[in-house]
Amino acid sequence: MADLSTNVGGIKSPNPFWLASAPPTDKEYNVVRAYKAGWGGVVWKTLGEDGPPVVNVSSRYGAVHIGEQRIFGLNNIELITDRPLDVNLREIKKVKKDWPDRALVVSLMVPCEEEAWIKILKEVEDTECDGIELNFGCPHGMSERGMGAAVGQVPEYVEMVTRWCKNHSNMPVLVKLTPNVTNILTPARAAKAGGGDGVSLINTVNSITSIDLDVMAPTPTVDGKGTHGGYCGPAVKPMALHMCAEIARDAETRGLPMSAIGGISNWRDAAEFIALGAGTTQVCTAAMHYGFKIVEDMIDGLSDWMDQKGYAKISDFQGLAVPNVTDWQKLNMNYEIVAEIEQAKCVKCGLCHIVCEDTSHQAISADRVKGERHYEVIDKECVGCNLCMHVCPENCITMRKVDNGKDYLNWTQDPRNPFSTAAE
Amino acid sequence: MTQSRDVAAGRCTANVLAEAFSDLHAPLTDQQAYNEASRCFYCHDAPCLEACPTSIDIPGFIRRIATGNSTGAGKTILDSNIMGATCARVCPVEELCEEVCVRNTGDHKPVTIAQLQRHATDALFDAGMQPYTRAASTGKKVAVVGAGPAGMACAHRLARYGHDVVVYEAKAKSGGLNEYGLAAYKMPDNIAQREIDFILSVGGISIENGKALGSDVTLDQLRNDHDAVFLGLGLGAVNALGLDGEDVDAVEDAVDYISELRQADDLASVPVGRRVIVIGGGNTAVDAAVQAKRLGAEDVTLVYRRGPEQMGATGFEQDLAQTNGVVIRHWAKPVGIKGQNGSAVEMEFETTELGDDGRLTGTGQSFSITADQVFKAIGQAFDPSPLGGGDAPEVKGGRISVNEGRLTSLDNVYAGGDCVEGQDLTVSAVEDGKIAAESIHLKLSEGAS
Repeated sequence: MADLSTNVGGIKSPNPFWLASAPPTDKEYNVVRAYKAGWGGVVWKTLGEDGPPVVNVSSRYGAVHIGEQRIFGLNNIELITDRPLDVNLREIKKVKKDWPDRALVVSLMVPCEEEAWIKILKEVEDTECDGIELNFGCPHGMSERGMGAAVGQVPEYVEMVTRWCKNHSNMPVLVKLTPNVTNILTPARAAKAGGGDGVSLINTVNSITSIDLDVMAPTPTVDGKGTHGGYCGPAVKPMALHMCAEIARDAETRGLPMSAIGGISNWRDAAEFIALGAGTTQVCTAAMHYGFKIVEDMIDGLSDWMDQKGYAKISDFQGLAVPNVTDWQKLNMNYEIVAEIEQAKCVKCGLCHIVCEDTSHQAISADRVKGERHYEVIDKECVGCNLCMHVCPENCITMRKVDNGKDYLNWTQDPRNPFSTAAE
Repeated sequence: MTQSRDVAAGRCTANVLAEAFSDLHAPLTDQQAYNEASRCFYCHDAPCLEACPTSIDIPGFIRRIATGNSTGAGKTILDSNIMGATCARVCPVEELCEEVCVRNTGDHKPVTIAQLQRHATDALFDAGMQPYTRAASTGKKVAVVGAGPAGMACAHRLARYGHDVVVYEAKAKSGGLNEYGLAAYKMPDNIAQREIDFILSVGGISIENGKALGSDVTLDQLRNDHDAVFLGLGLGAVNALGLDGEDVDAVEDAVDYISELRQADDLASVPVGRRVIVIGGGNTAVDAAVQAKRLGAEDVTLVYRRGPEQMGATGFEQDLAQTNGVVIRHWAKPVGIKGQNGSAVEMEFETTELGDDGRLTGTGQSFSITADQVFKAIGQAFDPSPLGGGDAPEVKGGRISVNEGRLTSLDNVYAGGDCVEGQDLTVSAVEDGKIAAESIHLKLSEGAS
């Protein structure tokens, strides 16, 4: 069994699987159930100042289903905790005392006033929690009150509030970033400049999941109206991977501890984020889809995979994929692959042919051989785009490397590039 | 040894009968249909489409179900097969579209095309939609003989083209075998008549029930009074066993019994033997055997002269018979009938085998079974007698000869369905009617600009 313990920005946990700040971490009851199930840490659902009430509506969730796969993406319009601050603080203190080995991070969101932050930081520090996460990402409801994404989208605010938190407490500070920005590096650099111990990303993506065509309103529909909400779940994972990768390879933010969030549903997803440098991973949608038990597979799946790969501890593979994330112009122009159909496994659905024929390079022929349908790659037409491999429902198309004898040559060196820097 | 025949109605309570003759397959719920439709790969050059005698765009209609467009799916089906609702219930899909579904290869389980087809056609009927319009009247008149699948498919297409169609049907109700010849549990909720009503609702078709060709109208008359004639006569005769004693009251034709059962207002009024033998290996034999069992027969034995592979009944039908408690005895042929009217009969069978020359021969071994009711289901034959009188189309190999366009040897007479050479399936009959209608339309349009 590999050592799954991890440390992100000074916050330690027995495994890299945390529950993200969200409905599953709203109160002692849920959090204790999560710890019992095996989760390494939780980020308590965002606390706000003890002032204007937070009131939620019903309904609160919209979802995208694909085929029989329920909740490919989930959208919510829930706000931060609507429970009294003192109740939350009391529970946090108790839970931390009862579960000392687990990470307990408290998510915070108060107005951009130093006094407000000073007040809540003191109260939270008193719980002896392991750290705080600054919710600069929530895209709905709270942003209209000048908090959440309204802060996260202004790098100066990100830096300022992060600095207040570092100045006025001794707790590790994770800055949770909103993806609803043009360039994730800007708020990430601000978080670092403000002294943040790490970043958590991504928060939810601004979205409308669907329009109810009977009601003619967005879903979730609240009495005939709907609004944009925060999108998460498997659908957003590719965006989250990209943003984590950008932070991991940026000269300024490289090495900044990351707690990755975004569609993480199983150990493999988690391993991918760790390979991009994440120290912990946060889960919400998958837990809201299947319950807390999924962590069992996450733990033994990751452990078994690490054992097979010879990784004894998380840091052994953490960030290993980062050097291989590069810019397009650094890709090898001379690398050549072509599709290959494993005829014995082909069920003759013809999808590879029709998508190549209609939308790509006319590189898969459709014939009848002795009356049987036969699909064959035309090597000289195949550009190795992979489309056929992705549409094949039987997974019987692989990409074969063509040994063309050519050396590595990227676009900056390619003579076909008018701005090529290739040596004469 | 003479025992009196034990044939009685009401062997089961009304509740048991209602359950036994309800839908063989419950209709899919919307969610089930969506899930199943999502299994379809939407193949290019789809094998299922090619396997369908009416070339229904199966991937196209299944995709429509998956997108929540079930009425569009229904229309896609009906565009190719106006009797798609019946075919969804009775087509031997395991030998047609579902047999070639590519998901047999990977999952070993085809997409359940028939059930999806039913879902879609039900959706369209339930919505009360009429997707077709009739073109302006051409003033041309076409006679269709037989309101079965071939005739009604032909009539519908001709009516859409604006021709006036009169359908002559010998029976009191329209639908042909859909109404009279299929097991009740396959065609519940009066679907055959709902389908006929739907076909008629396009307009331009009138049906004259109770008008039989040969007795009430002649082919010569029809040819004189119409611009074209389509013959969808079906099979009017039943093959006989050719044994002495075949005329005793215990020995009946399975098709007549099925028809009686289908037309009964109250299934508890349909008499059934305590011990039943069905002779034959096709779907009609299974329909008779299973229905007899479900009516309350104690023992039902289906005897077929060859093995399971040669049975005309599909594997699904054979399984259905066996799971309903029908005993199937392969490799035996009837050789004698002992009994008289009013008595049970002792049927004697000789076991059979394939000789070295590949021909079926008796082994000399025999056995007998006593039964109160014996159903003959050894095939039907085309009866050419209604064609007689004047000019009759050429009949070859026991069926009316037609060319590719379903034209007979007479210049304005077309034919299709079971009365011509082919698969003797509802779906092939529909295709014949469709093709004949196109040929007739082409012919009638000649000269018109």
